[in-house]
Amino acid sequence: MSTAAAFPEAPVPDGAGAKPASNAQPDVILRTEGITKHFGGVVALRGIDMHLNRGEVLGLVGDNGAGKSTFVKILCGFQRQDEGRIFVEGQEVSFHSVGDARAVGIETVYQDLALVPQLTVYENLFLNRELTSLGKVGILSRRHMRDLARQYLDNIKVNMPDLDAEVEMLSGGQRQAVAVARATRLNAKILLLDEPLAAMGAKESALIMDLVKDLSSRGVSMIVIDHNYAHLFALCDRLNVIQQGTVTVDINVAETSIEALTELMVSAFRRQLEAGHQALQS
Amino acid sequence: MAQAAVTTSDRTPVPPVPPAEVGRGVTPASALRWAIQRREATVIAITILTIIYFAIRTSALFTVDNTIVTLQYVAPFIVIGAGEVLMLVLAEIDLSAGQVYLTAPWFVYWLWTAGVPVGWAILMALALSAVIGLVNGLVTVWLRVPSLIVTLAMTFLLYGLVLVGSSYTQAQMTWTKGTPPVSPVQTAPCHGYPLPASCLHAPSWSHPSPYWYYSNILGQGSWATILWALLVLLMIWFLLKRTRFGVHTTATGGNILAAAEAGIPVARVKIWCFMIISTAAGFIGILDLIRLGSMDPGDYGLNIVLPPIVAAVIGGTALTGGRATVLGTLIGALFLGVLEDGLNLTGVSANWFFLLEGVIIIIAMVFNGQLTGLAARFRR
Repeated sequence: MSTAAAFPEAPVPDGAGAKPASNAQPDVILRTEGITKHFGGVVALRGIDMHLNRGEVLGLVGDNGAGKSTFVKILCGFQRQDEGRIFVEGQEVSFHSVGDARAVGIETVYQDLALVPQLTVYENLFLNRELTSLGKVGILSRRHMRDLARQYLDNIKVNMPDLDAEVEMLSGGQRQAVAVARATRLNAKILLLDEPLAAMGAKESALIMDLVKDLSSRGVSMIVIDHNYAHLFALCDRLNVIQQGTVTVDINVAETSIEALTELMVSAFRRQLEAGHQALQS
Repeated sequence: MAQAAVTTSDRTPVPPVPPAEVGRGVTPASALRWAIQRREATVIAITILTIIYFAIRTSALFTVDNTIVTLQYVAPFIVIGAGEVLMLVLAEIDLSAGQVYLTAPWFVYWLWTAGVPVGWAILMALALSAVIGLVNGLVTVWLRVPSLIVTLAMTFLLYGLVLVGSSYTQAQMTWTKGTPPVSPVQTAPCHGYPLPASCLHAPSWSHPSPYWYYSNILGQGSWATILWALLVLLMIWFLLKRTRFGVHTTATGGNILAAAEAGIPVARVKIWCFMIISTAAGFIGILDLIRLGSMDPGDYGLNIVLPPIVAAVIGGTALTGGRATVLGTLIGALFLGVLEDGLNLTGVSANWFFLLEGVIIIIAMVFNGQLTGLAARFRR
């Protein structure tokens, strides 16, 4: 349950250090307290305190193995934390499955997108929530699904010319848009995006960034993991740096720059190296 | 990380893609495009060419008798092939369907010789077929044995069962038209049969008895097995393309993780499909027993499962899951029938059939691959 920052010199401008005493902070939609996770003898998370404001896009930065993915897996109910608490809209929640997290409005877009390549755009949008006629017989109302899919995609300004196209035929950006659209179609309050811009060209990235901005303006709160600082600076309102299983930096994007953040990460890495050398020498 | 920074300022708007061409009227280009996008394109072309070739070579091809015989021969391919489509869509396979085709009628025969009324015997044999599918599905899904192995084992198990149970004698159920089969323990033709005594009257088109209807509908009528096969095919097409269950089946085969993640009960979907193909195979086997009047316990069940799989595959269904065409399977089955029949009619040795079949499967598969690539380019 250690919440001490590993690198005290790092600037901690807001929030992270000051733990709110009450849960009644209206604009905080998601908050975690001292999330820890061990895998055997390996400590993956050593106490993550984080908060996400309503309508905010929060970026998680950190090297491979820093614990970003583990943390997101805990938030979406895929894994369970050893210790620590999660609050959604001030209410403490306990996730035993992805379904539990979904039930309180946390949706995840995985890196593998969880789409079925051989199904059409609208079939994927309605996967396992298909609209049917004749009740239990389960005959698909394809026209109805198509219309609703078109409505929703237009609504969130996703340009998808052919809803009958198989997802396999779409570009990476369009697939990502379908995955995000599916996650948000049914009142998702919090969206977790795992590398949404990985392996995308400039136009594709623009498509997804517009989508993220649009959803954000509609009050969907998002947590984005990405390795690319340029992406994160374009997408996010605020960044949390995770190093060695804890949040070391919590900073508004407006208050920093790619260069400053890079410098911060590198200097932390150097300190780590030096600490390692000293430990070896003593 | 050194990739060009994408910022909000240098975004270019995504150019609008022209909407999909639908309902524009038919031009040669659009027709070609439509044809290429169909996964069934290859098999339809090959089948038409084959029919034209044999129609030129022999006038016997299009006679009513020959057509009926060919279609009767093809009926089990159609039914089992349609079932295999469900399997292949799931990236599974059922090799035991051929042996179920044989086991179910044997079960009818044994029950019937033991004195069970034919109608009940048929229903119980269908239930047994479903149970065989259930076992295949449970072992595949819960014990995680590949379906190829499970159903291969089931094939030998059922083969042995029929051999042991039959002592390698033929099943004889001579259903002369209009009278029910007389079993050794039956004292009168209608004894124990859930039908009125009117079945005893010699029936005809002008004086039909209920039994006369039953026997004709269940296989003795020239078109009976063919129409049943088409009905089963239609039902499986409807199930796959028009129902929720069908979407769930495609999703399970296409990306099982995504399907499970979306909450689809993937295990249950698979087990249902195993039960459907098994029941369908048992059903058409029973109809063939009624049609033929006798059945051999020999290795026909081992052989009959391969043509339906070939029909499904050359029809355009992928072995990798998620892609299926029920129509293609129908055409594929017809193609196999026409090819064998045509070779027979033109006096070519039957041995050539297998050689040609092998060559044509490979040609069809290569074409399918090429066309899929071409179709993808057209769709972009």
